[in-house]
Amino acid sequence: MTKRRPPGRGDAAAVARTGRGPIAMLNTPFESMKNLHEEKEAFTTRVVIAGLGCLVLIGCLVARMTDLQLIQHAYYSTRADDNRMRLVPVAPVRGLLYDRNGALLAQNAPAFVLEITPEQLPGKLDDTLARLGQLVRLTDVDIARFRERMRKTPRYRAVALRTNLSAEEVARYEINRYDFQGVEVTAGLLREYPLGAGASHVIGYVGGITDSDLQTIDEASYQGLTQIGKSGVESSHEEELRGHPGNKIIEANAGGRPLRELDYQQGNPGRNLYLTIDSKLQATAEAALGELDGAAVAIDPKTGEILAMVSKPGFDPGPFVEGIDGASYRALLENPDRPLYNRALLGTYPPGSTIKPFMAAAGLIAGTLNPATKVFDPGYFQLPGVDRKYRCYWRQGHGWVDLNLAMTKSCDVYFYQAALNMGIDHIDEVLGAFGFGHISEVDIPHEKTGLLPSRDWKRRVYRQAWFPGETINTGIGQGYLTVTPLQLAQATARMAMRGGGFKPHMVHAEEDPATHNISAVTPEALPPIPAKDRGVFDRVIEAMELVMQPGGTAYAVFKDAPYRAAGKTGTAQVAGLRQDETYAPKLDATPKALRDHALFMAFAPVDDPRIAVAVIAEHAGHGGTSAAPVARAMIDEYLLGKVLFNAPPTPTVPAIVETVPDDDGDDENPDAGTAPTPPDQPRPGDDASAVPQQ
Amino acid sequence: MNSSSEVSVITQAPPPVMSLSAWLARFHLDLWLGAALLTMSALGLLVLYSASGHSASMVFSQGQRLLLGLVVMTVLAQAPPELYRAAAPWLYSVALLLLMATLVLGQHAKGAQRWLDLGVMRFQPSELMKLAMPIAVAAFLHGRRLPPGIGVLLATLAMIGVPTALIAVQPDLGTALLVLVAGLLALFFGGLRWRWIFLALGAGAAALPLLWFKLHDYQRNRLLTFLDPERDPLGAGYHITQSKIAIGSGGLFGKGWLNGTQAKLDFLPESHTDFIFAVYSEELGLLGVLVLLALYAVIVGRGLVIALRGQDTFQRLLGGSLALTFFIYVFINTGMVMGLLPVVGVPLPLVSYGGTSMVSLLAGFGMLMSIQTHRKLLAA
Repeated sequence: MTKRRPPGRGDAAAVARTGRGPIAMLNTPFESMKNLHEEKEAFTTRVVIAGLGCLVLIGCLVARMTDLQLIQHAYYSTRADDNRMRLVPVAPVRGLLYDRNGALLAQNAPAFVLEITPEQLPGKLDDTLARLGQLVRLTDVDIARFRERMRKTPRYRAVALRTNLSAEEVARYEINRYDFQGVEVTAGLLREYPLGAGASHVIGYVGGITDSDLQTIDEASYQGLTQIGKSGVESSHEEELRGHPGNKIIEANAGGRPLRELDYQQGNPGRNLYLTIDSKLQATAEAALGELDGAAVAIDPKTGEILAMVSKPGFDPGPFVEGIDGASYRALLENPDRPLYNRALLGTYPPGSTIKPFMAAAGLIAGTLNPATKVFDPGYFQLPGVDRKYRCYWRQGHGWVDLNLAMTKSCDVYFYQAALNMGIDHIDEVLGAFGFGHISEVDIPHEKTGLLPSRDWKRRVYRQAWFPGETINTGIGQGYLTVTPLQLAQATARMAMRGGGFKPHMVHAEEDPATHNISAVTPEALPPIPAKDRGVFDRVIEAMELVMQPGGTAYAVFKDAPYRAAGKTGTAQVAGLRQDETYAPKLDATPKALRDHALFMAFAPVDDPRIAVAVIAEHAGHGGTSAAPVARAMIDEYLLGKVLFNAPPTPTVPAIVETVPDDDGDDENPDAGTAPTPPDQPRPGDDASAVPQQ
Repeated sequence: MNSSSEVSVITQAPPPVMSLSAWLARFHLDLWLGAALLTMSALGLLVLYSASGHSASMVFSQGQRLLLGLVVMTVLAQAPPELYRAAAPWLYSVALLLLMATLVLGQHAKGAQRWLDLGVMRFQPSELMKLAMPIAVAAFLHGRRLPPGIGVLLATLAMIGVPTALIAVQPDLGTALLVLVAGLLALFFGGLRWRWIFLALGAGAAALPLLWFKLHDYQRNRLLTFLDPERDPLGAGYHITQSKIAIGSGGLFGKGWLNGTQAKLDFLPESHTDFIFAVYSEELGLLGVLVLLALYAVIVGRGLVIALRGQDTFQRLLGGSLALTFFIYVFINTGMVMGLLPVVGVPLPLVSYGGTSMVSLLAGFGMLMSIQTHRKLLAA
């Protein structure tokens, strides 16, 4: 270390070299005190110290680098990879839908989708929309729809603004894409329904995944997907149709722009489904119903496959796929004909006379009905000791009637007596076995049970005992009893199968899209309807076949059918008649909402049933004239491949021909006052809460 | 080292075949320094190519600056050290005046007032001060009784403090620090007494809290972020976090030249300027870093050896200060990039993209070479 030493001799040369600057002037007095040798030694010491210091600091650097690059290398490698690698889901291709013959019902069409991710927008949404509007066509509807969707979607998810950009619009956007952060054009697949409104209630539609959807789904299964089945088969078979998303690992820069693909793992595309629907039969039924509101269901009795399910009016599923705008959606909801409402499953109608074959079966099973025993019909029915008259629609009365005649003429008095003889408990048991009062568990979401009234039910809902008069009304399909068109078709199928039958279902076969292996769906047999003697069903069918014969209520429609059919007409009362009205007023004098529903059920061929049909035409008057022709057309189409019967141009107001009174089954039920709620007013719940209006 | 050894070098007969070292000495160039500097600069250009995202034009313009710097170095090496000593007061005065002018007339860039527009070119007077400071302090202490007494010490501290303060208020903390260090190192080599050194260190530590309130917001942020980089991983801590990721993921052998993902994919900010060391570490790994540090060590070591051989106080103090300032440069930059030091705007010498620092650094080496190569001539 340096020590203070006495000053030695100055270095004259050094003084000379100092120069004459302002600093040099300060120098001069001390010059002689310098000890050059000592100074140099001190300097050497300092250099050594400095050099050692450098080595120590370099050691620190090396230690730190060793720590970062060797010891913590794995950790930082992971973080570097996390930086650059993005796991991007690869959306699976949704399975296609076909009808039973391979006709396309739902497909995926390529489309350019303009999407905005709200979270990534740098500035105001309005500004982005305004600038986008200069490049692509943006209507107010588009924007309103977008805002609606945005409201329902988490902010980090892309929301579609336009789902079908033209190639030119895509080009215009791509040129200017640097201007738009958070906006993306993606080539996607858009669900398309080639039949349009046809079978729309069965097929359903897909729509954007909403917040409420996210509550129920496993989000991992929806990676990369923006749509989900919302109704119909699209919803009930969502799992199979959706498939499983794959993923790819891409390398992206700090700005998030993908640069290259590092890894690709394919997911599983959704399975293709062959529905049980026969689209030709479906179209025939839709055409046959024409302008009428109503429903028609056809079932293959030997498998339980639903061959057609029509609900009129229908709706176009297209706008739902793109995300329907609020105004259009409200218009659909507020339409008095309720096009979105699947009448086949949700419509609950009094079955009217179409219940009579099942009443007959119930009586035969109970042993309280002897088909040969005749009942006298004076035009009305009275309980012993009660004044009230239960009228037959045929006010003169049918005279002495046996089962066959009662069925062909649709005699009410006969079935009043039959119902009274077996009692409500037994009616419930057998009608329940036929499927009334229960959901059919068909694989389309949302189904109503209808109402099969019972003593328990009456006590529960009305806190009242069951009255015999209510049994009488039930006997002709009025009163509390309501059924859905699907239930009626299924019950007809079970009648055709002589008490056997299968669970109704919508999927005929599934196809693996990769291997094209098709696996058929095995029908699920139902427990047979208990009866000591299978012959009872044949006996009822014999009577049903007579309905199609001369003198029967459906003879006019089925007289030239080249196959043996069995069926029953029905007319369900919507508005009650007053006690003083002797019979229904003329149809065209009645407001539409109060007109009767026309019903028909049938199956064919009688000895080898291949199709069972139920048709309900709302407010169309008489089953024989309005509903039966639809069923005839459907059976023709299915069995013969062509429609032989030329129905008169579907009348919204069918004429009553008073001189031909035997072509309809008419029911009167003055006592019950009203029929249950018509289907265009939704019933809030199951049978327990479904209460007829008083 | 003593005078007899010096004499023996001088009296030695020249070798029959002139060595490269001797040949270079004719042009006042030093083989060790020159070779290490050229290797280092070449490495720097390679890394710059990668860090700039394969920008040939950036490499080209950096190459131009390198050439300019080498020319300046060569020119400065021709002048004898006495000339620098003589010019010291003028050099210092001019630099000081320019600094003051910058404060009044300077151009704003990135929130700081550093540039002076000279019409033909923009110029950072603080860079000039980096050179002027060690020259001035060395010249001031030259010929004075060393270790310096209290009066000389105070005068020297004023000489150092005024420009440092002028640069710090621009504000350019990094350069102010380097100017301060350059002056203090000259003082240190001048034999500044240890008790004063420790006293100053103690006082400095005590003044730290005061200094805190004098700092700009961004400077405070840097310090806070240094203490806890994850405090704000997307904001102020982003630089250092990404830099550590780049270094750490490089591992022993690195990802290979041009294969560093952190820089290439823009995760590492300032990757071609202040943070270029992270790119280097990511691509060339710990082995590459050891080579780089060894090169720096050679340069610093050679500088210290030249300083030791300096023939008068001025040469020794200037040489020591230049060599050690260079090391401090390296240490501050690499220490900052690897998260050992807070983020200050100090480039990695000879590697980071940027002109002024390259030229001023090579100018410093030119003076070192002048000290080395004018020895014999002087003795003869």
